[in-house]
Amino acid sequence: MSQNATFSQPSPDDEALADPTSNRTRLGLVRMLRTLLRNGKAVAGLSILAVFIALALLAPVFFPDDPSRITSAGASAPSLEHWLGTTAKGQDVLALTLWGSRSSLYVGFAAGILSTVIGVLVGLTGAYFGKSLDEALSLLTNVFLLVPGLPLLVILAAFMPPGLGTVIVVLVITGWAGSARVMRSQALSIRGKDYVSAALVSGERPLRIMIREILPNMASVVMTTLLGCVIGSIGAQAGLEFLGLGDVNTISWGTNLFWATSDGSLMLGQWWIFVPSGLAIALVAFALALCNYAVDEITNPRLRRPKHAVTTTSATAVHREDSK
Amino acid sequence: MNFLFRRIGFYLLAFWASVTLNFLLPRFMPGDPVTRMLSRSQQRLEPHQVEALRTMMGVDGGALIPEYFSYLGRILRGDFGTSISRFPTPVSEVIASQLPWTLLLGGTSLVIAVILGNLLGILAAWRRGGILDSVTPPLLVFIGSFPYFWLAMGALYVFGINMGVAPLRHAFSVGLVPGWNLEFIADVAAHLVLPALTIVLVSLGGWMLGMRNTMIATNSEDYILMAEAKGLRPHRVMLNYAARNAMLPSVTNVGMSLGFIVGGALLTEVVFAYPGVGYQLLAAVQGLDYPLMQGMFLTITAAVLIANFLVDLVYVRLDPRVRKA
Repeated sequence: MSQNATFSQPSPDDEALADPTSNRTRLGLVRMLRTLLRNGKAVAGLSILAVFIALALLAPVFFPDDPSRITSAGASAPSLEHWLGTTAKGQDVLALTLWGSRSSLYVGFAAGILSTVIGVLVGLTGAYFGKSLDEALSLLTNVFLLVPGLPLLVILAAFMPPGLGTVIVVLVITGWAGSARVMRSQALSIRGKDYVSAALVSGERPLRIMIREILPNMASVVMTTLLGCVIGSIGAQAGLEFLGLGDVNTISWGTNLFWATSDGSLMLGQWWIFVPSGLAIALVAFALALCNYAVDEITNPRLRRPKHAVTTTSATAVHREDSK
Repeated sequence: MNFLFRRIGFYLLAFWASVTLNFLLPRFMPGDPVTRMLSRSQQRLEPHQVEALRTMMGVDGGALIPEYFSYLGRILRGDFGTSISRFPTPVSEVIASQLPWTLLLGGTSLVIAVILGNLLGILAAWRRGGILDSVTPPLLVFIGSFPYFWLAMGALYVFGINMGVAPLRHAFSVGLVPGWNLEFIADVAAHLVLPALTIVLVSLGGWMLGMRNTMIATNSEDYILMAEAKGLRPHRVMLNYAARNAMLPSVTNVGMSLGFIVGGALLTEVVFAYPGVGYQLLAAVQGLDYPLMQGMFLTITAAVLIANFLVDLVYVRLDPRVRKA
């Protein structure tokens, strides 16, 4: 039904039988990629993301100079010379936005990936070993889930030495619990499957079972969690920096917005200073959310949009449910 | 009952963990927060207050364990120390004067977002593929991608500065005396519209999609078909049969999202200079007012935990399974 099945149950006449591990994975990946590219949401999301990553990589090509350099009189509206205008200090807004994407994307993806990895580790360990270890890990996860994120971010960031590393560490501390909870519940349901018991009986080591048997079968959940974590990290970083708790010397979308408010550009009606960075955050988050929904739709056929409008209880819908 | 007792135990544990984190942070992080603070406070502190700060932040080299217990005792008595940025007001007083505004803003927007989002989700799932189901979700997801505070800046710019139809800052007009009269309440409501609207807009999509997806799963249950076959009115099947059963995950989500809403409310307050905890938080960050930041963290955590307990009460009411267990 989904590509998950191809990971776990290759048919006996599958050519993958000769070399089960590498071929199986490659086949699954190719199939997943093909399904992704057939999904409109995934294509839209990936394209937006690709544009932003390209712009971030090319920032030094477009603006080789220091982007915080003062290039003109302060607070000029968009013109041919400065496409997005200049800040109150006279810096080029386009340069700041492009350079800002580097640290924002870097921190967002780094913190998102780290949070997911920790979440996978904690969730898998708890679900696999169960008993008191699982209870202790679940308790820890739930405590971190419950403590409000932003105030925790604030006191952590306030006491730690400022810098990009601190921002990443702080985002991971506040962000891992959500993914750990999802991973645990998913791993728990796979833990009870027959093939895991079979692997246990055949004497495979716990680490191998976790990584080779359980993890590949929750690939789609790991994917959606990862995307969610990156979205959360980019937003949280922006919020943190907006409060002035990031490293004010680095250029990122969050610090751009911080300077925009502290220079009072909002009250002076200088929209071009605060619009680009916020729009960039929103577009990246939207692109990631699109990919997320695409993965959801591919792995959960129920969510796919029906071809034409139907009421839920109309005959065709019921029939389709029955025939499954 | 057992369920509720377990939850209370869990909340106490979570609060204890936050207090302990608060105690350990200044003691184990590099640098000396008191010296940093003193340089900002321009020597307004009396020597004995500096001493008290050093003890509270643990930079006087006292023994860890006895200090920890005296710290726990102070927190339980509601003594969070003295605020630096609003010297010499005690932290608890600063927070007490601001917490109601945050609760008002966060509470109003949460209630509106939850009710509206769930209703939209119910309707969208009921008419799969209809206009509401195909147009609204992507739109709301797009709006939901904006950072709270940025959407707040945009709304303030468009409605406050350009069109001039909304108040620019604060929770009520300058010169108005707070009181339970119609004029004051109307003024407060007018100041609440824009900040609350931005929070509702950003969080609406999550509620709608969550409810829609659970509803779709519920709609394919046999009892829905049965209810339909019995000839019940469609809106009765939709609300009392499908939505009633699809509601549980949403109730759980209310508890989970509280922390997020609080965070959004704090940042929105900064944009609108709304006199809640968030607005004070900015001042605390700029003034390196560590006692105030820590006090806010503990107060907000406590508020979120209490709210979660209320959600649990609702959950017990809604789900008979937890009552039996």
